[in-house]
Formats: sequence, structure tokens, C-alpha cells
Amino acid sequence: MTVSIPPDNTGAPHAPVSASAAGPAYGETVRTPDTVPRDVRLRARHVDVFYGDKQALFDVSLDIPEKAVTSLIGPSGCGKTTFLRCVNRMNDTIEDCRVTGEITLDGQNIYDPSLDVVELRSRVGMVFQKPNPFPKSVYENVAYGPRIHGLARSRAELEDIVVASLRRAGLWEEVKDRLREPGTGLSGGQQQRLCIARAIAVSPEVILMDEPCSALDPIATAVIEELIDELRLLYTIIIVTHSMQQAARVSQRTAFFHLGRLVEEGPTEVILRHPQAKKTQDYITGRIG
Amino acid sequence: MIPLLVAALLLVLMGIAYTQGFSRSRAIAATGVRLHSRPAYHGSLVAIRCLLPALLVLGLWVLFGPGMTRAFIVAQLPPDVAALDEPAFLTAVRRIEAIASGFGVAGQVQPYEAAAGEAVRRFHTFALLVVMAAAAGVGILGLLAALRRISPTLRARNKVESVVRVLLLACSALAILTTVGIVVSLFNEAFRFFSFVAPADFFFGTVWNPGFATTGTAAIGEYGLLPLLWGTVMIAIIAMLVAIPVGLMTAIYLSQYASARLRNVAKPIVEVLAGIPTIVYGFFALVTVGPFLSDTGAAIGLDIRATSALTAGLVMGIMIIPFVSSLSDDIMRQVPLSLRDGSLGLGATESETIRRVLLPAALPGIVGALLLAISRAIGETMIVVLAAGNSPVLRFNPAEPVSTITVTIVNQLTGDADFAGPQSLVAFALGLTLFVMTLLLNMVALYIVRRFREQYE
Ligand SMILES: Nc1ncnc2c1ncn2[C@@H]1O[C@H](COP(=O)(O)OP(=O)(O)OP(=O)(O)O)[C@@H](O)[C@H]1O
Ligand SMILES: [Mg+2]
Repeated sequence: MTVSIPPDNTGAPHAPVSASAAGPAYGETVRTPDTVPRDVRLRARHVDVFYGDKQALFDVSLDIPEKAVTSLIGPSGCGKTTFLRCVNRMNDTIEDCRVTGEITLDGQNIYDPSLDVVELRSRVGMVFQKPNPFPKSVYENVAYGPRIHGLARSRAELEDIVVASLRRAGLWEEVKDRLREPGTGLSGGQQQRLCIARAIAVSPEVILMDEPCSALDPIATAVIEELIDELRLLYTIIIVTHSMQQAARVSQRTAFFHLGRLVEEGPTEVILRHPQAKKTQDYITGRIG
Repeated sequence: MIPLLVAALLLVLMGIAYTQGFSRSRAIAATGVRLHSRPAYHGSLVAIRCLLPALLVLGLWVLFGPGMTRAFIVAQLPPDVAALDEPAFLTAVRRIEAIASGFGVAGQVQPYEAAAGEAVRRFHTFALLVVMAAAAGVGILGLLAALRRISPTLRARNKVESVVRVLLLACSALAILTTVGIVVSLFNEAFRFFSFVAPADFFFGTVWNPGFATTGTAAIGEYGLLPLLWGTVMIAIIAMLVAIPVGLMTAIYLSQYASARLRNVAKPIVEVLAGIPTIVYGFFALVTVGPFLSDTGAAIGLDIRATSALTAGLVMGIMIIPFVSSLSDDIMRQVPLSLRDGSLGLGATESETIRRVLLPAALPGIVGALLLAISRAIGETMIVVLAAGNSPVLRFNPAEPVSTITVTIVNQLTGDADFAGPQSLVAFALGLTLFVMTLLLNMVALYIVRRFREQYE
């Protein structure tokens, strides 16, 4: 069984889709027919990423719908974080990292030289794989973003933002008495939730979450998943996860990466229950990974 | 020649001991018994047990040998010489020592001196042979005893480890004791100075005018520290005013903005500044910067002397730029990249990230670096000797010549002063003041740096 659809082959046996219905097929990615997202917020086309001479992403094309959660799954080192960092141009900070191809947000190419990276990042927030609270107090950590962007006109307003963000990240009860203590003194899971609170405090339109629950216990995980569900109503969310169950619980669409290639993408139920590509089947059933 | 021989002897002994111990324990292991320690440890233990007694014998000779030689020489002296008074007697002994060692002496060699010299030489050779034989003897005894004690249960590894620990301890103790010795002698001489000049007159005196006594060792003139202290502090302040902004900006640029390629080129170049000998900075200040400042001052109607606190401070500031920039750059690059990513990811600009996240996180370390640079500036000598003007008067105008503690130490110790009068002893009091100042600064710096380290562990 071949897993690839040549871009111009509309008559492939297992993907009898007309180009107009599914849109053009990009690269070798298997795309579930008839489910191409409608309100596409973020569009990646032929994205290649190189770290020095080493290529980490190969010809990735992916549409991310608005007001939905897209999860990225795949074995370790397959390029999930790399793809995520392309979306808010965090890869710019890595010196020998090079990105080619096109990524558009609301139709605007984010790699356009005239684009303001700082403005982009305030609209596309990110929660990193490893918790990275600033060596400041818990309060200051969350207040950092709103301060920089002047989101609060008064002290009280700032305080409201901080408290609300901490509440939504499910951290408020644990830190309400230690807002002045350093954020680096929290436990690993608390730090991760602090970073989530910090990211949502600036109300980004797109939120990138890199394994946000990897250090959390089931209860905290449930809180974060609830938060994601709630944020989905307003924002566009991409989440990286190693847990198929989590992908099933929180996401509407799923993309499976393997060795730097986007192997298959489509509605979460399809990818998890009836994957088309052999590699996806192997990964879902635990044979690779 | 002799030390080489001794070293060779010890090395050979050690080699034999090690291989013997190694093969003996190997042989035991070959019979199928399980050894507590590996053969290498048994070999090392035998070598140590062989070497230590030998070293002990040699050490005893180093300690008591000279005394014994001296006693032998005295025994050789004819009675009339032995009855001489102290200085003449010592001279006679020294002459014989010189003859014996083959250096020769000035003046006519007396027959008794030649004979005594010959005897001493023979005594020396003999004694050395005896000592070496004794060392080898006890070494071999130790070796044999140690070999006999090799058994499967011998905890050779633990013993070797504890010897290693003692050795390391001894080395660090040596470094510490040297420091302590220097400080003690500094204190000692400084106290001798304070027997001439009251500490209050020294520490709070505002006039520095030490007279040069032609007779005796009485304190003539005034020994007020304050003009020198103020000169030192003023020059250090000017230096830091130059070095802190330039150094910090350099560090920020190198660590945050420059590409790896540029940094790899630029940082060593900046660090070359630290490698230029200070005397070169000194004449750079004297020949180029001083006249330039004075001309510029004249052009805009300011009276700036060519050798002044300003000249010295400016050049010293340039000298310590690499201390500030290089250390701060290292410290800022120790701040985890993830913090920078976190801030940039929230939409902060590069400079907001530096101001609000990186600098606060690195601040304690940077302050430590600054304090180290200041203590370097305070202790610096050559630049101020040449460029500060050497005028120990309490003045507050940086365009006038001043003098510093280090310059004054140089002045008081050069020339043919003996170390009995306050004119030269004051150098020790000044040195002590300087030492305490830099010590305090270094301690504060180390404390701050250590607190910074803890934050990311
Ligand atoms: N800064 C970097 N420099 C060089 N290579 C990198 C860098 N970051 C990632 N890579 C490489 O790019 C590839 C993809 O890495 P990436 O971090 O995107 O994987 P991932 O899918 O997020 O893995 P994980 O699930 O373990 O987080 C890997 O082979 C990795 O070694
Ligand atoms: Mg990752």
C-alpha cells in the first residue's frame, strides 16, 4: 500500500477526492478527504527547516483552523517543537536555523521582511516544553506580558488580569498566598501552569502549547484540558502531545509527524481510529515511537 | 646534581615498589581468591609505604643538616677564632662555608680556613652518602614490610584514597599558609610603623609629608593617609565611570546581539586589552592621553594638567574594560536561553528582554564582576606611577595631579632606605590598608557571585 498522493494524482485508489473538494494535496502527506478545515487561520506551505546543514522539517504543508484545537503527535525528535517554533518565529533566535516555504496568519506571510516579529509574538503566544518561569515573583511572572504591552491602565486592572490568568491555569488556589515568592521556587508542574498563566495573560489569538501537561498530575492535567476546551471557543490552539488520549480528549484535528515529515493529518477521530498511512497506524498502535 | 640523584633514587624505589606490590597481589588473585582492592591499589600502597619513610629521612636531613654542618664547622675553628665576638665569629663561619661550597672568598685564605673548608666538604659528601643510604634502606624496609602485608582482605584502596586526600589537603594548606604568612608579616611590620606614628595620625591625617631623617629613626614629618586614600578612590571612580558603561554595553552587545562568528573574533580582541602590560598603558597615558587632555582642555578653556587623576583614571578605565565586559558577557550567557525565549515569546522586544529579564537575572553576578574590577583598579600601580602626577595633596579637582597608595609605596621603598625607620615601614601600613580594602571588596564580590550561582541550580 502506498501512502503518498502525488500532488496531481486525483485518482489514487484510497483517496478518491477531487482537487476542488480537498484542495490540492501538498507533498506526500495523506489527508483525510472531505474534511479540509474551512476557517483556516494559519496556513503552512512547503515549510523546510534546517539547523545548520541538518534538515529538521521536510516540505510540511498544514492548515490550522480557527477556534479549534489541532494536536501534533509523533515520536520524539520528529520536529513537532520545530514546527511550533516556526509559527511565532521563535526559530529566529536560534542562530543557524533557516526556514523556507511560506506560513501565513490570516493570509499574511509571517516571514515577510516587513512583518513586525514582536507584534506577531504578542498575537501568537507560546508555552514551552520545559517550564521557564522568570526568576521573579509569581505575580511579576504573570504581570510581565500585560506590563510590556500596556494592557492594564491601573494597578487594580493589572491585578485582575494576573488573578484571572492564574485562576484559568488552575494555579490560583495553590499560589494565592505566595504571590511575592519567586516563581522558580514552585514545583515543576506548578511552574508549567505558571507559564500557561503567563502566556494567556496577554490574550493571544493563537496559542502554541508544547507538551503543556508533561509534568502534571492527572488532576492538574484535567484543569489544563478544561482550560484548553474553554480557550478553543475564542482562540486558535496548537498543542503538542505524546498522549493519544489527550489528543482525543482536547483536539478536533491531529497531525502526525515522523522524521521531519508530516505523514498524515485530518480529524482527530480519523487519525486515531482509522489512520490511512502505514506509519500512522504503526505509531497509533505503538509499533514505532 | 645531588637533588637529581635523590629524585632518581626515589623514582626507582617507587617504581620497584609499585611493580612488586602489583605483581604480588596479582599472583594472589590468580589463585582464585577475591581481592578487596584491585592490584593497582596494592601497588600504589606499597609504593607509598616505601616512599614515605625515605622522604622522612630526607626531610630530617633538610631540617637538621645545616645545623649539623654548622656545628661541624665550629668544631674545626681554632680556639682564638672561636673566642671572637659575635659578628666576627659569624664572618669566619661564613667564609669557611663559602670555601667548602667552592664559591671562593674575598681576600687571603688562611691555612686553617682552607683546611676547615676541605674538611667540611668531605663531611658534606659523607653525610649525603649516609643520608641517601639511610633513605634507600628505610625505603626498602618499608617496601618489604608492605609486601608482606598484602592479603586478600587488605583494604588498600581505602588507604590509598586517604593518602591522596591528605596530599591534596597539604597542597591547599600550603597555598593558604603562604597567604597567612604574607598577611602576618604585613601586620608585623605595620605594627612596627605604628610604634613611630600613632594610628589615628596615620588613618585620619590629612597631610602627607614624610621627612627624610638623616640621623636616627625618629618619625619626622607627617604621615596622613587621607590624601593618598582620596587619590586612590578618585582614580578608581573615574576608571569605573569609563569601564562600567563601555564594558557593560560591550557585554550586552557580545552576548545578545552579536553573531557567534563576530563574538568569537571580537571577544579575544577585547581581552587583548587585559593582556597589555600595565607599564605600556602607563606611558600611553603619559605620552599620548595626558597631552591630548591638556590640549583639549586648553582649547575649551579648562585647565587640565597632563599628569592628573583624570589622565590616570581614564587610561585605567580602558585597562579594566575587558574585566567588566568579559566577565559580564560570561555571566549573561549563563542565564538560560529559555528565559530569553520566554520573554521574546510573550512579544517583548530584544531590549525589553535584556532590561527586564536578563540584566536582573545576571545583576548579582555583574556586580561581582564590577567589584573585582574595582579592586583591580585600586591595586593598580604602573599607570598611576607614570600618569597621576605624584602629588600627595588632598585635592578635589580631578584635573590636578594626585598620588595614590600604590605610588607612595613605590616611592617609600625605592632608594637606599633601611627597613628600620618609619619612612620605609610606612609602606607596610599602606600595603595593609590596600590589602584590607581589596580583601573586603573581593569578599563582597564572592558573596554576591555565589548567591547568583544558587539561583539556577
Ligand atoms: N537548536 C537546535 N539545533 C540543532 N538541531 C536541533 C535544534 N532543535 C532541534 N533540533 C533537531 O531537530 C529535530 C527535531 O527536533 P524537535 O525538537 O522539533 O523534536 P520534537 O518532535 O519536539 O521532539 P520531542 O518530542 O522530544 O520534544 C531533532 O532531530 C533535533 O535534534
Ligand atoms: Mg519537542
